[in-house]
Amino acid sequence: MWIIAPLSCGLIFGAGLLISGMVQPTKVLGFLDIFGAWDPSLAVVMAAALAVAVPGFRLAGLRTGPLLARDYFWPTRTGIDAPLVIGAALFGIGWGLVGLCPGPALESLATLSPGVIVFVVAMAAGMALHSVWQKSRPAMRRDNPLASATDG
Amino acid sequence: MAQFTPLSAAIGGALIGLSAVLLMLLTGRIAGISGIFSGLLNLRSQDKGWRIAFIAGLILAPVIAGAIGYGMAPPKLPANWSVLAAAGLLVGFGTRLGGGCTSGHGICGIGRLSPRSIAATIVFMVTAVITVAITHHVLGG
Repeated sequence: MWIIAPLSCGLIFGAGLLISGMVQPTKVLGFLDIFGAWDPSLAVVMAAALAVAVPGFRLAGLRTGPLLARDYFWPTRTGIDAPLVIGAALFGIGWGLVGLCPGPALESLATLSPGVIVFVVAMAAGMALHSVWQKSRPAMRRDNPLASATDG
Repeated sequence: MAQFTPLSAAIGGALIGLSAVLLMLLTGRIAGISGIFSGLLNLRSQDKGWRIAFIAGLILAPVIAGAIGYGMAPPKLPANWSVLAAAGLLVGFGTRLGGGCTSGHGICGIGRLSPRSIAATIVFMVTAVITVAITHHVLGG
């Protein structure tokens, strides 16, 4: 019944997005709109999340492996390269356009909002497009297909 | 600062951090939503179970909240579907090229004090702020 663990983590993550209000694009855009009626709530969300995550990951790192699986999949990439910067820049433009990032977008599928479905289908298409584009560059260094090679 | 809600933001944020730590401590995985979701799109991947379970939990959260009287309002989104589609494409492609999103870089990556994730988070925050400044104040949208 190890599947209970990721299911519970998804529930806790979803509860966090709901309680903090970050599941609502208007709340996120209020933070990003520093030239308007700025709402610093998202900064508090990040600070509180990191106040738990920084010591939590340190403690997890003291163990050689997780409790219910064999290995930790810690990300292995370290350099700040062009794909990181360009990818993050493109993601930020999309995030700023409507105020949805992947977590709140998937969680909002629960409302069956047609706009959310359009966004999530387009997001999946964007990911598929990236995968096709990666494969079309055989001479370039490809991403390692292992999950540990991605950051998140 | 009319809408500032520090208490609910702190409680919600702590839960998000807790979820990320528990997922790593229990299953060894990073709680980066774009990474978890994109792994479902890869037909060859053999590790779909935990991904489906996590995303199912994420979608079940508002369903359960609704059942106990804290229903989630449908998100306010632009009526123009081409804007939604363009934003979705940028988020999907950008998170894969950059290796993560708000959760993978912003929470888990910074949580591990990774310089790569700190850089990514600064970049996507800056381009998102510029995008909102243009759409809300220059174009008047």
